[in-house]
Order: sequence, then structure tokens, then C-alpha cells
Amino acid sequence: MGRKVVIVGAGQVSATLAAKLRADGYDGGITVLGDENTLPYQRPPLSKAYLLGKQAMAQLHLRPAAFYSQAQIDLRLGCRAIAIETGVRVVRLQGDEVIPYDHLVLATGSAARSWPAALGGTLEEVRTLRTVSDADSLSLALRSAGSILVIGGGYVGLELASVARTLGLAVTVVEAQKRILNRVAGEDTARYFRTLHVAHGIRIVEGMGIRRLLGGGRVEGAELENGEVIACDLVIVGIGAIPSTALAVAAGLEVDDGVVTDEFCRTSDPVIWAAGDCARVRTSAGSIRLESVGNAIDQAETVAANIMGGERAYRPRPWFWTEQHGVRMQIAGLSAGHDETVLRRTSDGSRSSCWYFRKDNLIAVDAINDAQAFLAGRRLIDSGMDVDRAAIGNPSFDLRNLAKATLPEISS
Amino acid sequence: MIQVHFTTQDGSVTSAVGTDGESVMEIARNNGVHGIVAECGGAAMCATCHVYVSPGWLARIPPVSEFEDELLEGTGAPRMENSRLGCQIKLNDTLDGLEVTVPASQY
Ligand SMILES: Cc1cc2nc3c(=O)[nH]c(=O)nc-3n(C[C@H](O)[C@H](O)[C@H](O)COP(=O)(O)OP(=O)(O)OC[C@H]3O[C@@H](n4cnc5c(N)ncnc54)[C@H](O)[C@@H]3O)c2cc1C
Ligand code: FES
Repeated sequence: MGRKVVIVGAGQVSATLAAKLRADGYDGGITVLGDENTLPYQRPPLSKAYLLGKQAMAQLHLRPAAFYSQAQIDLRLGCRAIAIETGVRVVRLQGDEVIPYDHLVLATGSAARSWPAALGGTLEEVRTLRTVSDADSLSLALRSAGSILVIGGGYVGLELASVARTLGLAVTVVEAQKRILNRVAGEDTARYFRTLHVAHGIRIVEGMGIRRLLGGGRVEGAELENGEVIACDLVIVGIGAIPSTALAVAAGLEVDDGVVTDEFCRTSDPVIWAAGDCARVRTSAGSIRLESVGNAIDQAETVAANIMGGERAYRPRPWFWTEQHGVRMQIAGLSAGHDETVLRRTSDGSRSSCWYFRKDNLIAVDAINDAQAFLAGRRLIDSGMDVDRAAIGNPSFDLRNLAKATLPEISS
Repeated sequence: MIQVHFTTQDGSVTSAVGTDGESVMEIARNNGVHGIVAECGGAAMCATCHVYVSPGWLARIPPVSEFEDELLEGTGAPRMENSRLGCQIKLNDTLDGLEVTVPASQY
């Protein structure tokens, strides 16, 4: 076990990892380098409750400041790592200080993909959302704008549309792919959210690219590929995130849309680990890069165990959630590549869930206002058990029985 | 100031103070109480903030909502009659001295 762990990036991964190392008795040095000026915080509320003003900054912090000092975690905020020198095992900081490490963890997250400058991306009031400071300035902008264009109908874009509408703005969402949520959910779920947004007065344009953003200085609108011009005084670009891998690339580590690691979250350098949004894990089933809190926590715990000398393999257990117009959806698994779906819906439509199968195996569940379906789905996916599709499609069948049947029997 | 006593798995008790409106999950997190994960940060989505409330205190806490009730079926440690999601218990003066036990695992 090395005597000094240095973590680059002060977000979800590093807060979990540092706490876990201490909880498991690691007594060497821990230094966390973070380029934002805030204590590590949760990002999900940035496009939900926090942006609506329903949650305070202090509630976003993953731990209070005192936690780090008490646990002797050297948390350096406003501090950017600019290079890794793997030969001598040091991290170079802006300002030229160097910090030696025995284990280095890359937890640099990802950055919002921006709109091309040549297509109007540098106009004022064209924004992205990744950090709390983005959210704070967006919050002000939302309170003075009248109409907003959201580019991209993924979860973050749709959550932002919902917040903006709640705040009274006229909202248009433009999605270049054939439909909203195209990469992350099936048609049934997309239809549900399309209907929901339209019912709240939001215009959704699908299968339509944007030729360019218009305006002189400040954004005034967007010209679509069919020539239509949509006027707006604020644009939010929600077209995905790019893993922050510059340090790893410059250090010569293997990178492929994410810092590549083995199933123990170890990079191509044996004392450098990567976890969270920036990491792509290679497992026997293929390689995977996820952007979610649950994944960041799982990988951080894997790295902690392995730095402590363990041999813990990471097993993806993707899950996600979203809230739009007061509707809650929990998602278990990944639906990409499904070849069949089963829809389960109460007669009044208040709850519904979409169950995704690939070659007869359950791979994902989108559960709308239905925690039972989420939990049952998660257990069934984990267990790999055969799933009775007819039973699932029948809303009066009690899912709790199904999920319980997969729990190990407790013998007395 | 409202005090909450957390009994963790090794039997030790951590006492922490919070303020009106804070949740039991937030107090645990802010005071380094081990064993509460809170993946969703209090959005009632993850069921990894499970606690057992000392029976004497149960009656003073507003009853479980339908959503919490369903989510409690998905806790890692067995659900008991006194199981609650820590993020759904908001503190107020009548809960000063509240005692909860943190389960062995949240998964
Ligand atoms: C608006 C929004 C909504 C989201 N909603 C959900 C949701 O509902 N559910 C869900 O599960 N997930 C959600 N996510 C995703 C989730 O927040 C991320 O997956 C998670 O934060 C990843 O954790 P991380 O530690 O890998 O990265 P981060 O938390 O992003 O932390 C990385 C940190 O490293 C810093 N950094 C980068 N390079 C350097 C450097 N060279 N030197 C120093 N510091 C550096 C970054 O500035 C950042 O602070 C959302 C994300 C966003 C942006
Ligand atoms: S913190 Fe996720 S349900 Fe309580």
C-alpha cells in the first residue's frame, strides 16, 4: 500500500474515494486537487431542484469542510493539475508546484460539449451546464429571459426545459436525432415525455438540425435546417459531455473516449487509477463509460479497495434518475441494443414502466412514478433470472412477489 | 439545535446536532456517520439512506409516503417496521434526541 494517494478532480468520485479510504483504515496521505472553488458537490440537482431555487448550496456539498480536515484529507480547491510525470511520479500544478504520489487517481469528470463557434457558439447567452457556477449564472439568466431554446433532448436538456417552463419561460427543445432520448430510452418512454412536455406548453422539434444560431453579440434565435427561425433570448446546449482526459493523453496513458482501465479500474500505468465520468472500463463483456452518480460511487469504492491491496473487480450496475414537471423516473440497466419491449401501465396511466429485453434477457427498466417497477427490475437484471413477460405486462400482477422471489432464501 | 443519536454497526453511538428542516440523512453525512450512502442526495430515488428508527420515536415522525413505502422494499438490509429513508425524515424540535440505527449495508 502506497503512503500517498493523490486524487485529481474534487467531485463525486474523490469525495467518495477519500472517505472510503479513511473508513477502511488507510492512514497514509490523501491529497485532493480540484480546479473548482467549491467543496465537492452533487451535480444532479443543478438541472433540477437547485436551479429551481428549492435547494441551497450547502445541501449540495457531499461533505462539510470539517470532514476533510478531521479526516486529514488535504483538499486543495481552486487548484488545477496541469501535468503528470509518470517516470518520477509527480503531479505538476499550475504555478509549478509538484506533488509526489504513490497512487494517483484520475477523477476529472467530463465537460459539457459546446456548440461550434462557427455556428454561433460564442454568442452571448449561449450556455452549457456542468458546474454550480454555471447553474448560478444560468439561474440569473433564466429569471430575466422570456424565451429559451434548448439544444438537445437528452435528460439534462429535458430537465432544463422543465425548469425553464416552471419559471414561466417560453421553451422550445430541438433535437437533431429522430426523437428525444434517442440514445438512452426507447420509443415508449420518449413518447411519454414528449406528451408531458407538450402538455406543459413546451414545443418539441425532433429530427431537425440547427443550421446556426443567430444574433449580433447576443443570441437572438436559431435557424433550423428547414429554414424556420426560432426566436429566443437564451440558448442552453445540452448535447452531451466529453470525458476530461487531457492529462492522461499527455502522460501517454491509454485513452479511448475515456481513460481506459482494466476491470480493477487501473489504467495502463499500474499506480494510476481512473474512475467516474472520465473512465472507460474494459471488462470481459466489452468496454463501458458511464456518466452517473451511482457509477462514480461504485468505481470510487473499487479503487479504494484496490489501493488498499484488494482485488475488487468493478461490475457495472447502471442506474439513473430524472425529474421533469414533477414526474419521477428511475432507470435500471442500459436499454441500448434492446430487441423487444414490454409496457406495463396502470389503467389511469399514473404509473408506467417500460421493460427492455435483448435476446430474451431483461436488460433495462424505465420506471415512471413507479419505484416498485424500478426495484423489481433492478433485482431481476442483477439476478439474470428468466422474466415472465406476460406477468410483467399485466398491471394487476404484484411485482413485489417477483422481485422477492429472486432474493436468497433465508434459512432459519 | 436538534440532536440525533446514530448507532452504527460496531455498536458505537455518534451524536450529532442539526437544525430545523435538515434531514437525518444530511446530518449523518455532515457529521461523518458511516454507513449512509445517499446516492441520490435526498431525492427519494435510491434507498441507500435507510435507517431504523428507535420504536419510541416512530410516532413522532410523519408517516411514510406511498413512494417512500415502495422504495423501502428495495433497501439492502431487511426492511423492518421501523425502517425509514433518512432523507425523508426532516428534523424539528419534537425530534430532539432522536435515536436511529444505521443498518449493516445499504446494498
Ligand atoms: C446537470 C447535470 C445533471 C446530472 N444529473 C444526474 C442524475 O440525475 N443522476 C445521475 O446519476 N447523474 C447525473 N449527472 C451525472 C453526475 O453528476 C456525474 O456522473 C458525476 O458527477 C461524476 O462524478 P466525477 O467525480 O466523475 O466527476 P465530477 O463530479 O464532474 O468531478 C470532476 C471534477 O474534477 C475537476 N477537474 C477536472 N480536471 C481537473 C484538473 N486537471 N485539475 C483539477 N481538477 C480538475 C472538475 O472541474 C470537477 O470539479 C448529472 C450531471 C450534470 C452536469
Ligand atoms: S438519499 Fe436517496 S433515497 Fe434517500
